[in-house]
Order: sequence, then C-alpha cells, then structure tokens
Amino acid sequence: MTLELSLNQQPAHARQGSSIGQPLTRRDGFLKVTGAARYAADNHPPGMLYAVLAVSSIARGRVAALDVEAAKAHHGVVEVMTPKNRPALAADPDAKDHPFMFRLDLLQNDQVRYPNQSIAVVIAETLEAATEGAALLSPRYESLPARVGLDGAESFVPRGVGIGSPAVHHKGDVEVGLKSAKTRIEATYETPAQYHNAMEPHAIVVAWDGDRLSIDTPSQGLAMAQGRIAGLFGIAPENIHIRSPFLGGGFGSKGMISGPQVLGILAARLVGRPVKLVLRREQMYGPVGHRAPTRQTLRMGMDGEGRLTAIDHHARTASSTFDDFFEPAADASHTLYASPAIATSHDAVRLDTGTPLFMRAPGEATGSIALESAIDEAAHACGMDPLEFRLRNYAEVEPMTGKPFSSKALRECYRQAAETFGWASRPLQPRLMRDADGFLTGWGMGTATFPAIMFQAEAHAVLRADGSGLMETGAQDMGQGAWTAFAQIAADGLGLDIDRVEFRAGSSDLPNAGIAGGSGHTATAGMAIHNAGAAVIARLADLATGNEASPLFGAGNEGVLARGGRLYRRDDESRGESYAEILTRAGLTEIEGHGKGAPDPASQETYAKHAHGAVFAEVKVDPDFGQIRVTRLVGAFAAGRVINPRLVRSQYYGGMIWGISFALHEEAITDRRSGRIQNANLAEYHVPVNADVPSVEALLVHEDDPYVNALGIKGVGEIGITGTAGAVANAVWHATGVRPRRFPIRIEDLLG
Amino acid sequence: MTRTTVPVHLDINGDHHELQLEPRVTLLDALRDRLGLTGTKKGCDHGQCGACTVHVDGERVLACLTLAAQVEGRTVTTIEGLAREGEMHPVQAAFLEQDAFQCGYCTPGQIMSAVACIREGHAGSDEEIREYMAGNLCRCGAYPHIVAAVRQAALEVQS
Repeated sequence: MTLELSLNQQPAHARQGSSIGQPLTRRDGFLKVTGAARYAADNHPPGMLYAVLAVSSIARGRVAALDVEAAKAHHGVVEVMTPKNRPALAADPDAKDHPFMFRLDLLQNDQVRYPNQSIAVVIAETLEAATEGAALLSPRYESLPARVGLDGAESFVPRGVGIGSPAVHHKGDVEVGLKSAKTRIEATYETPAQYHNAMEPHAIVVAWDGDRLSIDTPSQGLAMAQGRIAGLFGIAPENIHIRSPFLGGGFGSKGMISGPQVLGILAARLVGRPVKLVLRREQMYGPVGHRAPTRQTLRMGMDGEGRLTAIDHHARTASSTFDDFFEPAADASHTLYASPAIATSHDAVRLDTGTPLFMRAPGEATGSIALESAIDEAAHACGMDPLEFRLRNYAEVEPMTGKPFSSKALRECYRQAAETFGWASRPLQPRLMRDADGFLTGWGMGTATFPAIMFQAEAHAVLRADGSGLMETGAQDMGQGAWTAFAQIAADGLGLDIDRVEFRAGSSDLPNAGIAGGSGHTATAGMAIHNAGAAVIARLADLATGNEASPLFGAGNEGVLARGGRLYRRDDESRGESYAEILTRAGLTEIEGHGKGAPDPASQETYAKHAHGAVFAEVKVDPDFGQIRVTRLVGAFAAGRVINPRLVRSQYYGGMIWGISFALHEEAITDRRSGRIQNANLAEYHVPVNADVPSVEALLVHEDDPYVNALGIKGVGEIGITGTAGAVANAVWHATGVRPRRFPIRIEDLLG
Repeated sequence: MTRTTVPVHLDINGDHHELQLEPRVTLLDALRDRLGLTGTKKGCDHGQCGACTVHVDGERVLACLTLAAQVEGRTVTTIEGLAREGEMHPVQAAFLEQDAFQCGYCTPGQIMSAVACIREGHAGSDEEIREYMAGNLCRCGAYPHIVAAVRQAALEVQS
C-alpha cells in the first residue's frame, strides 16, 4: 500500500532539517573532476555503429539529388538513410497536437526549410567513415530565395507568445498616459539570434530490442521525451528507457527531443544494430532551437516627479515558416515597474530558419535588456539617478495584474548590491570617469526578475529496516546541481542524515520529475520529494504511535518529530526510537510513500510570484578603439529559500556571465543572400572566455516566501541574465555617452 | 577507397596500447572510441573550445587537432591519468571544493589546462590565470570559480 500526499500539504511532522541550506559540494563532483561521469556520447554498446548527419547548405528549396552510391562505396559505410528508405513512423512529424509538440525534420520528404536541416544520415563502422560518407553525398539542390531578417516577410500578430501568453496585453490607456507626461522617451532596440551552444553537442546512443528501446541521450524532460518518442514510433512509453544522468548543459535546447535525436533512433531501426549519432558543432545551428531575434520599441512617459505615466513595449520577433515559437519579449514590462498604463504587444515574421525555442530566460532576457535600457534613458531624461528612478517607480503590486507579490525583497537587493558596488559616488552625467590608464569608465545598473514557476512532478520514497532511505525521481541535472540539492531535500524529508539517503535520478523508469526548465525544477521536483518524505514518515509514525510496545505509543501523528533516523515525541524529545526499531517490530523490511509537486492553484490565483534582483556593472572603454571590458559586476538576488548556497552562487554567476555575453558577445550572423549562418562555430560565434570575466560577485538576499510552495523555493537558473545585460549596456552609455540600441554592442557603434 | 591502416603505439596514462588505425583518426577519437577513455570530451572538433585538452609530453594539446599517429612514441596523459592511487590531483580537489564547474562537460579539459597552466608558471595572479585559461570555454559560466580553484591548487602544488 502506498500513501499519497497532495501538493503543498504541510508535513504532519515538524522536522529540524539540517541538510537544506548547507553549502555541500556536488555529490556528482568526484565523477565530474575525474572524467568518470558518463555523458550520453560516452556509451558504446556492443556492435554499435556511428551515424553522421548530412545537412542542408541551402535555406529553402528541395534536395534534387544525393550521391548515395558514392557514400555507400566508401569503405566502412553500412547504410545511407534518405527519405526513400527511412523506416516508417506511426505519426506525422509535422503533426502538432499541443503547443509543446514541435514539428521535426525526419526525412519525411525532400523539402528544405532551413539551413543545417537534416537531409540524410550515413551509418558506418567508424565515425571517420560515416563523416566521409556524409561528405560524399554531394547534394544538389533546387533552391528558392531565403527569407531573412525581421523585415524579410510580411508580419502578423501571433495567436500567443511564449507559453500561451496573449500577444497583446494592456491596462489603462498608454496614449493618455503619454499625453499627460511631462517627459517622454521613445527608443528601439535590436537583439540578435542566439544559439544555446551547450558544451555537449546533442547526442544519442540507441539500441532496439524488438519493440523496446534503450536510449542514452541528454534530456531536460525525460517523461516528455519518452512520450514524444512513443508517439512517433507507436510503441508504449514504458518500453522506452532513456538514461540522462548528466547533461553537458542544456539551457533549453534539450527540453524537447530534437529531430536529429529521433533520426538516431530511426538509423538504429534501419540497420538493426545500436547506433550513436552526435551532432557536429555547426549542426547545432538549426534543428535544436535558438533564441529568436527581436526589435523592440519602448515608449515611456514620466510626470514631474519622475513617476511613470505610461509604458508601451512592442516587440517584433521571428519564427520558422513551419512552426510556432514566439519570443515573449515585451512581457518583461508586465512585472517590474509601476505605471497606471502599460501596453505590450508582439508581431512576428516567418523566416527560413529552424524553429526558435526556449533559451535561458526566454522573453525575460531579450525583454529585460530593452526595458532596462529604456528605464535608464527615462531616468536620464528626468535628470534622475537610475537607482532613485527605479525606486520611485517601485511596484508594490504586480503592475499588470494588481496582484500582491508572494514576496519581494527587491528593495533589499538594490540596497545591498548598490552598497557593495559603491554606487553612491556615481556622477549623474556620462563620460565623466576615467581610470588611471585613461580608459572611459562607466557604471550602470539593471533590475533582474524571473517568475517562480512550478510544473508537475512525482517522487517515490522508501525507508528501510537498516535505517537507510531511498528517494527516487526522474530529475535531470544539466549542471544546476540536482544530484546534490534534491538529495538535501530528500534527507530532510526523510529525517535522515544525507549519507544515509540513496538518491536516484536521471532515468525515465523513475517517477516523472517534470522538466528541468523555467527555473522551476528545484521547486517542483523538490516539493514532490518533500511530500514523498512526509508520506513515508506519516506511515512510519502510524506504525509507532499505534503500537503499545513503542515509546511513541499514543503520541498521535501530530506529535512526532523525525530527525537523524529517529522519531521523537514532540512534547517529550527524550522519548523516541529509531526507524529501524519501528520497522523491525512491525516485521517490515521497508515502507514506501509517494509525493507530488505542483503549483497550488489557489495561491497562483492570489499572488504574483517572482524572484528579483539588482545588478550593477562597471565597464571600461578604450577611448580610441572602442573596445569594451566589463571590469566589475555585483548582483544581489532574492529568490526564496536557498537549498545550497554554493550551487546557487554558481547559478547566479553563470546567469550574469550570460548577461555579459548578451550585451557584448553573442550573435548568429545570417548571410542575407543565402540565408545561411556565417558563424556557426565556437570561434566566430562569440561566448565569453575566462579573460572576459574579471570580477563577479553575487549576494544571496534572504527571502521567506510562505506562498510559492511549502519549501519556499523560487528558482535561480535564469534570473542572472536579466538585469545584467541591461546593466552592462547602461554602463557603456555612462562611460561613453553613446546609447547602445543594438546588441551585442559593437565597437563601431561607439566610434560612430 | 580502400582502407589503409597503420600500426600506432600509444603510451597513455602509463599504459601501452597497440592499435591499428586509419591515418585520419584523431587522438581524441582514438581515446574515446578505441580505448574507452571517454573522460576527454568533444565539444567542437575544431580546436575552438578546449574540451578535449590532454597532455602530450607534459604540454597541453588539443586532442581533436592531433592525429593519433602524431603522438607515437610520446607520453599522453588524460583526465583519467591524473589521480594517483585513487587520490585526486590537487587541481581536481580544488575544482570540487570551489564548485568550479556546473554541467561538468568542459571540466576534464579545464582541469588538464589548469594543471599545465600551473606547471608553466602562469598561475601567478588571477589576471594571469584568466588569460592562460582563456582557451577553455565554459558555457555554464563557472569562470570565477575556475580562477579560484586554479589559485588554490597553485598554492598547494607549489608548497
């Protein structure tokens, strides 16, 4: 018999948790520093063949010919999979049953709809032979002109943006607000297409056994991947076992199973042997998602006191010609600054590109850099310090909805970060500070925010008669520290020392832990773990309190504490006994419990739930050459309860460095004539290197939130980008007097 | 095309391996696919990311830009060869303690670079560490902690 606790139910037993909050080092750390951590592509089942994709070098048209014979003649090549011989699927890869089902390119025809689309798969005895075989296919195309750029096609208003948010939203009348304003600003900002570029390329190792599938592949959402593959192949989800103990980064690009991963499964089906397929770096610029480009126009009005009278935020974005994902950039203006009138709107064009997808802080990152730049412009137009201006327009309730915040320690973030940074001595006017070497020096700031999202998750807990415990949930660790943080929550939930808890995750045969995304994994799977622990402890307590032989007899469920592998009477802690004693007396080797994690619909309705932060940046700009260096970053973040400060600080650092990257580095450049990406590699698609990141500090601001969930967890994975990108841009303005309006900021923009 | 293979003798982490390889096989693919030494990672296969950094005769080398046949008769050390008798190398221990990684995929390359960086005498200041560790990309953004780990390990190794 198992017991289930409903979502957000407070545990029946107060426990003196000792693992949560501790800065433990990563439990998977030893494996990672010794090279023993096994990532998907490290697997090598017996008889395995290597599959290599051939991808399109045109953006639009059809494949007219492939030299399959030449490829097959190459020594070691076993088979070439093209639309002609690709095994049948049970579902149309272009079907879309729900918004999270993205259309895939699985060799369903000869059409090309974006560059780097898969057009064939070569399977060989060695990687070298498969690679050469793919080159020998020498495709010939019939191509059509590529639709490129945010003006490259007719625009339209999408039905929804992001995850089902309306494309157009407003409260109050922004035109009235603008008209009544004493000061107004209007500015347009452009952000580029960006690619996730996780260090680990998407990889899959597949072995079929009849209609059963064994898969190693990195996945941020094991259950979703399992369901998608089951649907495509017409097999039962439980016949598919996916292992993803470690992801070499995901950032959203491994949230859904991608076309190339499914092609690996098809290739294994075709040849009847295990197959490994790993994307080459350049092949990651197309079929595995990206952050769409945006062009955003902000209009703001301010009264004589510097109070906003209107915010109007419009974003143009782009999706592919064949599927829908619309970067919800303008929605960033819903939550941060108080204004009687706010309007947000989106429109979009369809381009010959792979479908864009969630990329770390989708909408929030793009929207934030524009909003924070515009706020900086507005502050300057009012002659106010940017921090003072933000405090003047501080939102006491969520501006768009009027809902109270479940918690909001943003004032404290501003205060701590500003003090640590030394913001108070900043001159109001730009181009007034120089360092000893003559470099123009500027200070800028930005506000960070990210919603506290929860999905659905389940966990299974076991207590054993030897006094140990087991917690199982199919959680995914892409670097955020799931192996460690969830074990900490499990230890507290089970009332055990962490060393007595076995924690299993990263496999699809475990309870569904939901997706590792939206900064919601720790809250969601954490609550499932917490509730599973509470469920099994409740059963254990029943065994003890109902038995006359127990010192806990008659204490009742309300009166028991679980700690260090023992239950105690709440009213008399000298009376207690070990889990082992309770189970042994009952003649049980183990007992189990189940728990779920999910958002609480009531609090969802009542409260606006967001994490907040403040980021301050110093940049130095060469006055002659325009070269920009970020010399200092200080961020302070309030994101509810911190499970492990060591890991959380790493998440903030990572996000802040992505913010530097957004402002100064990242951009996929599309050739306007061919529609191809010109810099699809890690040398020319710039991401920060160690030397680009001189000094970063992240302050963890205490925040209790009784409403987000029983554990008080918000989420830390994405918030660091927001605020930071704008802070860097605003610091560049302060250094140079030139307002950056397209990103990444280019040297020529500063010299122009 | 007929298949041509050549005998290649590789000295990896103190173990001798005799392989029959096509000349086009890189050291990285030989390690990963032929010898099962999968700790060394492939991030770009173009020498741009540093994930495949190993030591050849004690110097850091990108295994994806090195043909296996080129290291015949030379000494190769990979991440698997760094620990001694189960004891982590000081750089490995420092990476763990300083949380100098997140996803862990670039980590073997970072650690191999860090060991060489210290040995080269380029870990004298944070600025120098940042510069001499700049060839190893970390998309998770663990750089501040990588610098802290190299600084800590450099002090231990030198003392």
